Amino acid sequence: MRIDCKHVWEHISGYIDGEVDEGLRAEIDRHLETCEICSAVLDSTRNVVVLVADDRVFELPAGFSERLHARLDEALELADPESM
Amino acid sequence: MTAASDPQLDAEWIRRILAGEKQLFHDLIRPCERAIYFLLLSLLRSESEAEDAAQETAIKVYLNLKNFRGDSQFRTWVLSIARNEGLGRLRKAATRREESLDAGLDEMTGDYTPAILTSWREVPSEALAQKELGAILRKAIEGLPEIYRNVVLLRDIEEMDIRETAAALDINEGAVKVRLHRARAMLQRDLAPRLKGFAPKRKGLFGWGA
Repeated sequence: MRIDCKHVWEHISGYIDGEVDEGLRAEIDRHLETCEICSAVLDSTRNVVVLVADDRVFELPAGFSERLHARLDEALELADPESM
Repeated sequence: MTAASDPQLDAEWIRRILAGEKQLFHDLIRPCERAIYFLLLSLLRSESEAEDAAQETAIKVYLNLKNFRGDSQFRTWVLSIARNEGLGRLRKAATRREESLDAGLDEMTGDYTPAILTSWREVPSEALAQKELGAILRKAIEGLPEIYRNVVLLRDIEEMDIRETAAALDINEGAVKVRLHRARAMLQRDLAPRLKGFAPKRKGLFGWGA
């Protein structure tokens, strides 16, 4: 039985992560060969995953690290971890 | 993007810090900073609150360092402390939103129809040089319900694996997969129509497997 588009969409995330089993992957691959819509949905979903992972999308506030380590220095000065 | 740290090196540094080389703690915590901050930002939705909570988290990690057992990755342990710090603040402020308590949301799979646009498949990463694109992506993620946002943040933004994401959020791996799937689907549906404008003009060049 050939799987339909909806079935493919349900597994897109797992497919991208390599989490679907071999049999299902082969079914999806076969479907993608002939289905322009599903292959576009897969590509665009994968692209969204790639884009959000880019460090330029989420940047730490300017000076974040400096302020964090300055505050840590105070804590390190005051206490030993073993003593707590 | 944060590379998973080396457990043996972590263990060695922790031993040395506990033995008195306190300054080494700066280097131990540094690779976790981004994940701590963005997890807290996801929970607290305020930059200044997230920064303060991130500092508190780092201090708590330091003070409790001797309690790290090494049965999880150091970063996972750190993130569960960050999460507790964030949840504690939410509870205190009594602003915790209903949705974050509602694990039943996972069951709400419903009928999902992705944005079906064959006219774009890929926006090249170089397009991120345009500030507008980054803002669109951030806004889309910020607009996700909290339980989905947290998973995207750790799994897709900090690139943690499913096991580590599950441990940091104290949920099972199945829930991570379900939430991740829902979140990516929501992002695709939300973003596809808007990202179209950033795609290269020629069509059909990026067909997967072509």
